[in-house]
Amino acid sequence: MKRRDFLKRSAGAGLAAGAALSIGQYEKLWSAAPGRAKYDMVAVMGGNPDAMFDLGIQELGGLGAFIQKGQKVLVKPNIGWDVVPELAANTNPMLVKRIIEHCFKAGAKEVYVFDHTCDNWVNCYKNSGIEKAAKGAGAKVVPANSETYYQQIEIPGGVKLKSAKVHELLLETDVFINVPILKDHNSTRMTSCLKNMMGVVWDRGYWHSNNLNQCIADYALFEKKPALNIIDCFNVMVQHGPQGVSKEDIVMMKSLIITSDWVAGDAAAARMLGIETERIEYIPIAHKMGLGNMDIDSLNIKRIKM
Amino acid sequence: MRSPLLRIFRILISAIVFICFFIIFADFTHLIPAKYINIVLYLQFIPSLLNFHDLGTFAAAGFAVVLILTFLTGRTYCSFLCPLGIGQDINSRIGGRIKKKFRRYGYKKPFTIIRYSILAILIAVTIVWGVYLLTLLDPYSIFGRFMTYFVKPVVILINNFVAGILGKFDVYSLSHIPVRGYQMLAYSIPVLFFLLIGILSFTKGRLYCNMICPVGTLLGLLSKVSIFRIKINESQCTKCGRCSIGCKSSCIDFLQHHVDVSRCVGCFNCIKICQDKAIFFGIVTKGKKVIKTDVKKRKFIEGSIALLFGLPFIAKGQDKNPPVPKNASSVKENKTFPVCPPGGGSIEDFNIDCTACSLCITACPNNVLQPAMLQYGVKGMMQPVMDYHKSFCTYNCTVCTEICPTNALRPLTLEAKKLTQIGKVNFIKDNCIVKTEKTACGACSESCPTKAVYMVPYEGNLLIPETNVEICIGCGHCEFACPTTPFKAIFVDGNPVHEAAKKPVNVESEKEIPVEFPF
Repeated sequence: MKRRDFLKRSAGAGLAAGAALSIGQYEKLWSAAPGRAKYDMVAVMGGNPDAMFDLGIQELGGLGAFIQKGQKVLVKPNIGWDVVPELAANTNPMLVKRIIEHCFKAGAKEVYVFDHTCDNWVNCYKNSGIEKAAKGAGAKVVPANSETYYQQIEIPGGVKLKSAKVHELLLETDVFINVPILKDHNSTRMTSCLKNMMGVVWDRGYWHSNNLNQCIADYALFEKKPALNIIDCFNVMVQHGPQGVSKEDIVMMKSLIITSDWVAGDAAAARMLGIETERIEYIPIAHKMGLGNMDIDSLNIKRIKM
Repeated sequence: MRSPLLRIFRILISAIVFICFFIIFADFTHLIPAKYINIVLYLQFIPSLLNFHDLGTFAAAGFAVVLILTFLTGRTYCSFLCPLGIGQDINSRIGGRIKKKFRRYGYKKPFTIIRYSILAILIAVTIVWGVYLLTLLDPYSIFGRFMTYFVKPVVILINNFVAGILGKFDVYSLSHIPVRGYQMLAYSIPVLFFLLIGILSFTKGRLYCNMICPVGTLLGLLSKVSIFRIKINESQCTKCGRCSIGCKSSCIDFLQHHVDVSRCVGCFNCIKICQDKAIFFGIVTKGKKVIKTDVKKRKFIEGSIALLFGLPFIAKGQDKNPPVPKNASSVKENKTFPVCPPGGGSIEDFNIDCTACSLCITACPNNVLQPAMLQYGVKGMMQPVMDYHKSFCTYNCTVCTEICPTNALRPLTLEAKKLTQIGKVNFIKDNCIVKTEKTACGACSESCPTKAVYMVPYEGNLLIPETNVEICIGCGHCEFACPTTPFKAIFVDGNPVHEAAKKPVNVESEKEIPVEFPF
């Protein structure tokens, strides 16, 4: 129970004031201690993805503040589609590469990358440029195409989603870094931090047929939470998401958002897309469940322009 | 020529050919480029003949090379180039090893009536009706089906076993591949042929090739006028009979110094066997009898049957469970036509050219191609059909069109394929989660590569799919992704004749590049 105690203690200083109002107790706490960071969120604008990350993570004390020496790290980008990097349906490979490099610099023993893709996984890994970039940085790019890689977990407190099968490496790694790309989404209106978790589970069809928005929020109850969410807003797909059709769908926003609070991250991302947070239903649901703070005006945000 | 090197040469070439065929059919990683596959397939007699019939160009005339080769050297095609023949040689060698003492061969009379009747009926049916009987009997296609239905799953299971062990050691260079079986009925014909050919070759060498195989019979006819052939030098022969006993075609009548060239497959084993150096492979100038054989390999048969019938179950067990929505969907999909693979042109065209060799089925990286049961009617059994409940057609892929050896699937460039409409999307609103559950879904629209399925405002904050058939290419990703059961809320109905889809038009978004953080 050491871990649980640790969580409880570190939560004392936590920013979730609203969390106390909700039902669950320790489900809503962060696994990494956000208390260590000076800011709730760092937003960078105006540079290349890798340069923005270098600058942004520095403000949070470097990735070393989140990774201890010898730990195994999971970097989970969005590699959902068989689409080239320029069309921004998948996380920017340059960003993924730089994050992995920082992980190793912080003393990570091993870094893993995977996504449960929508299109043919071999094509997605290859054509997204992520496989090459991640391997180049020394990470292990791991398949997620077969049910054998997934393990059953319980989600106590889930309203619709009470259990799921998640990729074994989510469970086996020590630190989880969520690296979504911000995109328009045809039914939830936006995909970013929380929605990116559909790539660690096996049975997405269940989510779709059992109140998608509630399931997305429910999943965030699961104890293995991201230490960091790094939202790629360099090229942003503002229409025809999440797959996109052509370059007309893309607006080059040259931005990056880094936060430990994925609900806050999603709320900030919604502003980037210019959508009211309330319209992206899983955000207010997750906020009410105490899984994070969507009221970003109350957050301590470090804004950097390059 | 009486060098034993001839036999070594034959073994070498046939081994290379067999390994190539094994690799292209068992290549579950889809690493082999289509152009190499086409090279390997070029000399396959029936596929090449159909391809030639379709295209009329001599670039597709591998069969002519085979005919010339046969005219020169007899049925060497059967020993050097036919994967089914080589496979039988391997099997019969195993048979020989297991029962060493057992004399399996020896001169026998040809099954003249049977083999010529089969050839005649086949030709008549093919000309009058289409390729349907050929589909059953083309040796290359039979081999292709064995590989696709039986061997590849085993290869994948071995891969998965190794991948599982490696995974324990944190090595993910091999990945686990779900084994997906086909419908039970699809196995019936391949199982039947596997048993027939397996048993015949195990016990009687090339009997299948000399009794049933229409290609063997046809090339055998031509061999009767071939220039080079196996001959016996009467003056040197001591009539020891070793050649006859060692002949897997049972075609050497050593008493009469006669070799039945219509059955000789040019394996050159006899040259090596003959201690008198009386047998040679030479130019024609201008010879019947020993009988013996039989034994039942009960164990082998039991084993094969267990394996063959067991595989579909092993595969079944690995199928993933379909998602279960709260309410069952109520409206049945009304499919009028099956979806024929891209490059087929039309279902009719496709059906008359495809011999169901299953190369496309095994090569499809997404496993969307499945052997048809009765979707095309009885005559189209085992031909590939798109099965959108199993998978969907990858937008950026033209593999099946590139490798088809009979030109039943014509090559398509990626640009052309992306505008080839093989079916049309149909939306059944009454089955849709958004309507029945009043919750968000959009799995169909999210998967659609052309946005032929898009979302429009529905009740409250909800969005519901709508379709634009004009830009739909019928890839089936929407149908595959739709989570409703037992009936899908969206499905693709096949186009009997493939059509051209319109190119999706896209307008630039009005969203501007932010200069300040909006928060």
